[in-house]
Amino acid sequence: MPQLDDRKEHHSEQKAGVSAKVPTTDEVQIKTPEKICGMGHRKKRKEDPRFIQGKGNYVDDVKLPGMLYMDIVRSPYAHAKINSIDASAALEMDGVLAVITGEDLKAAGDLHWMPTLMSDTQMVLPIDKVVYYAQEVCAVIATSRYVAADAIEQVYVDYEPLDAVVDPFEAMNDNVIVRDDKEKKTNHIWHWEAGDKAATDAVFKDAATVVKEKLYIPRIHVSSIETCGMVANYNKARSHMQIYMTSQAPHAHRTVFALVSGLPEHKIQIISPDIGGGFGGKVPVYPGYVICAVASLVTGKPVKWIEDRSENLQADSFARDYHIEAEMAADKNGKITGLRVKTLSDCGAADAAANPSKFPAGLYSICTGSYDMKAAHVEVDGVYTTKPPGGVAYRCSFRVTEAVHMIERMTDIMAHELGEDPADYRLKNFIRPDQFPYKSPTGWEYDSGNYEAALKKAMDMIDYRALREEQKQKRANGELMGIGISSFTEVVGAGPSKDYDILGIKMFDSAEIRIHPTGKAMARFGTKSQGQGHETTYAQIIAEELGLPSDDIEVEEGDTDTAPYGLGTYASRSTPTAGAAAVMASRKIKAKAKKIAAHLLEVGEDDLEWSIDRFQVKGSPDQAKTIQEIAFAAYTNHPQGMEAGLEAVDYYDPPNLTFPFGSYICVVDIDKGTGEVAIRRFVAVDDCGHIINPMIVEGQIHGGLTMGLAPALYEEIVYDENGQNLTGTLADYLVPTAVESPKWELGKTITPSPHHPIGAKGVGESPTVGAPPAIANAVVDALWHLGVRHIDIPITPPKVWKLLRDNGVTD
Amino acid sequence: MPNTISFRLNGKPVRLQVDGNRKLLWVLRTELELTGTKFGCGHGVCGACAVLVDDRPVRACMAQVASVAGKKVVTIEGLAKNGGLHPLQKAFVENDALQCGFCTPGMILTAYGLLRSKRKPSRDEIIQGMDDNLCRCGAHTRIVDAIQSAAEEVKQGT
Ligand code: FES
Ligand code: FES
Repeated sequence: MPQLDDRKEHHSEQKAGVSAKVPTTDEVQIKTPEKICGMGHRKKRKEDPRFIQGKGNYVDDVKLPGMLYMDIVRSPYAHAKINSIDASAALEMDGVLAVITGEDLKAAGDLHWMPTLMSDTQMVLPIDKVVYYAQEVCAVIATSRYVAADAIEQVYVDYEPLDAVVDPFEAMNDNVIVRDDKEKKTNHIWHWEAGDKAATDAVFKDAATVVKEKLYIPRIHVSSIETCGMVANYNKARSHMQIYMTSQAPHAHRTVFALVSGLPEHKIQIISPDIGGGFGGKVPVYPGYVICAVASLVTGKPVKWIEDRSENLQADSFARDYHIEAEMAADKNGKITGLRVKTLSDCGAADAAANPSKFPAGLYSICTGSYDMKAAHVEVDGVYTTKPPGGVAYRCSFRVTEAVHMIERMTDIMAHELGEDPADYRLKNFIRPDQFPYKSPTGWEYDSGNYEAALKKAMDMIDYRALREEQKQKRANGELMGIGISSFTEVVGAGPSKDYDILGIKMFDSAEIRIHPTGKAMARFGTKSQGQGHETTYAQIIAEELGLPSDDIEVEEGDTDTAPYGLGTYASRSTPTAGAAAVMASRKIKAKAKKIAAHLLEVGEDDLEWSIDRFQVKGSPDQAKTIQEIAFAAYTNHPQGMEAGLEAVDYYDPPNLTFPFGSYICVVDIDKGTGEVAIRRFVAVDDCGHIINPMIVEGQIHGGLTMGLAPALYEEIVYDENGQNLTGTLADYLVPTAVESPKWELGKTITPSPHHPIGAKGVGESPTVGAPPAIANAVVDALWHLGVRHIDIPITPPKVWKLLRDNGVTD
Repeated sequence: MPNTISFRLNGKPVRLQVDGNRKLLWVLRTELELTGTKFGCGHGVCGACAVLVDDRPVRACMAQVASVAGKKVVTIEGLAKNGGLHPLQKAFVENDALQCGFCTPGMILTAYGLLRSKRKPSRDEIIQGMDDNLCRCGAHTRIVDAIQSAAEEVKQGT
């Protein structure tokens, strides 16, 4: 494919590249002509024309007649008693209609608390105390944005500050209880384990080498450029609630709203219009949404609430915040034999993570990664602190980033400790292609993989051996150069419904396709794009299956009144679930189309075969009916006794997750004077199975890499000891721009998922998961000879400079 | 206090009664119903709100509406001429330089200003010129590609 640096054949990996069921290739398959533009075509995105002309329709662009505005009073303390709230001055202002407090919500039917996605509880508005800085305290409803913003300054809240508890280890001592609303007076929320403890202990007892490290994966924030917001529009006469919402999961949110509010679900319509980036931050239900909906119920008018940037950064769900203690064991040949991990998960003031309900630590137990080992044991404890609740993904699948960072760092430490080359060490320890499907020591069944093919390709692309030579010379000259590798395994596409649900709702997803008489189609989905380009890729999948030009297929998502029920878009699940549903619905349509074609051609169904966009008589291809002719007949000339129309719905429940993987290699040069890390090269080889649109996939990889670079070098949400957020603006929370973005060099291998109907696996998040350890490993690789074993991300110049100074390299 | 403020907006004269201290961003989005200009931070940091004032990019979240009195304001809605997209708009599509599209109007108008101040910028000059625009979808390298390819066409005087 053009624009990728991998047009030449790589025979070595072709030979190595046979997994149990599926061979690895590196050519994108294209089966349809340009005018149909099915899978594999670099089709320009259907959504772009409206965006480049400022004609997108995002939540804040919605304007309804008589609309009111809401603004929120927020706590200046991380932990405080509320003695009183005096809103009289605000209520006297021109244009202020109401002030909503926790007491009001309580009176409206105990709406002052709501369930979180992890079946914990979270305050919507407090009655007697606040538990995090910037927590919602009460809300003002006014006739304009300006009046609402001025009025929140006129609400006087009498707080009595309490001790904050910011450090999760300190929180475990229970000196300050965050959630005294709970029966058990403890900050400890849950304990969770995976793997076999006894077997792991035994492996460690026999180990020739054990390495041990503490890693902190800091709290970060997705900070999509569009903040969160809502327009709630309650129509009293119809008893109908229409909601425009920045939602990655509109159907699930509709069900949550129905359960919380008691409004009948058929009277709630959630519309998630164009979304300005989600990355997990638009999965949870935030208090502001609930208050906004109540405000519309109370006033009978449309009410708009849009967060400002600081509210978004300070109060919306964070990601990560895992304190990890890991140990890795190896035998006398250097073969990895076991992994033992203890982790403290700082949940903030509520367990409001967005994980499937049986998995309080998400899919973290995937942490044995790409390596074959005998045993592993993982323990995680969740703890409350006086910080905003969360645990959303930041562009990853349920804690897989934390898992990958840990295993890739530990593998690198082990390789260095043993004096082995980190690339060779990985090749020696990878799960081999012939081991798939592979049962991991923590219970996962990896469906497919070919890790050595991806790593060898990355090594070829970057000329790895030459770089090692260069590094030797540089080191001899006192220069600091490092090469870092990350060979990650992702786990996405939740999920098989037997194990995966959110608040009891199974994690299937859906597609509904209707073909109109003139051969044009409408397709609706239970997912919701936030920039992933679903309008284009879903159309290409259907075009591939049915032979309709992808331009003749209108894709719609996000309106719960019209779309089939689905769990939404996050955790790279859209292609594995709804993408598969599009295939299955297309195939149902095709089965009916075949009957119609047989009727039109007056032959038996068995006499027909499918070719790109038509059914033709076997052996005489000029006797054929195109899908357009068949569609017309479905409404005008269908067989007697057959239902008219040509449409189908599919709710797809995947038999397993998908396991995309890749190998990234990063080269850094470190400035000895300033500690600054410069990324000289970054090669990313991804394997996401069959590719629907290479242009979109590469764009997703660019985006994911940039969001992997961000926490590796720049981003961290920081609190002072009183729980005040010190990074509440984009001037303090450093999101990378064009200047920081390296030239990404992309390559690919293609190992199709054996169980996905088109062999696709999902890709949007792989690079965010895989990139941070490649960068961290490169920096440590540059400094290992000085005695540096580990650096926590973000690897900032002051951190590196201090290490250089402590090791006598600089003064 | 409301003032009468007149300026040219996307080639047409406008005259409105509005408190001159209000930010141009919110007057555009509210009174003038042009929602292509986006709010991202309100502090001049992200660039989502960039518009052109007398052909120069300005952060509409920082500019008081009074400051554009008598000037020419162009928003993303006014960039296409005679039904034809601007070369930058075309280049953004061709280079797949957008994902969610939220930063895109500000990116395109900032790039417009860049290409006006420098006819043929080097790649490095483009990167430096776009330093204050955030794209959380991480499309930066393709945004730079798009601007570079549009630079050629703009130079021809389109
Ligand atoms: S909204 Fe104006 S710069 Fe961010
Ligand atoms: S395209 Fe989403 S922020 Fe740039």
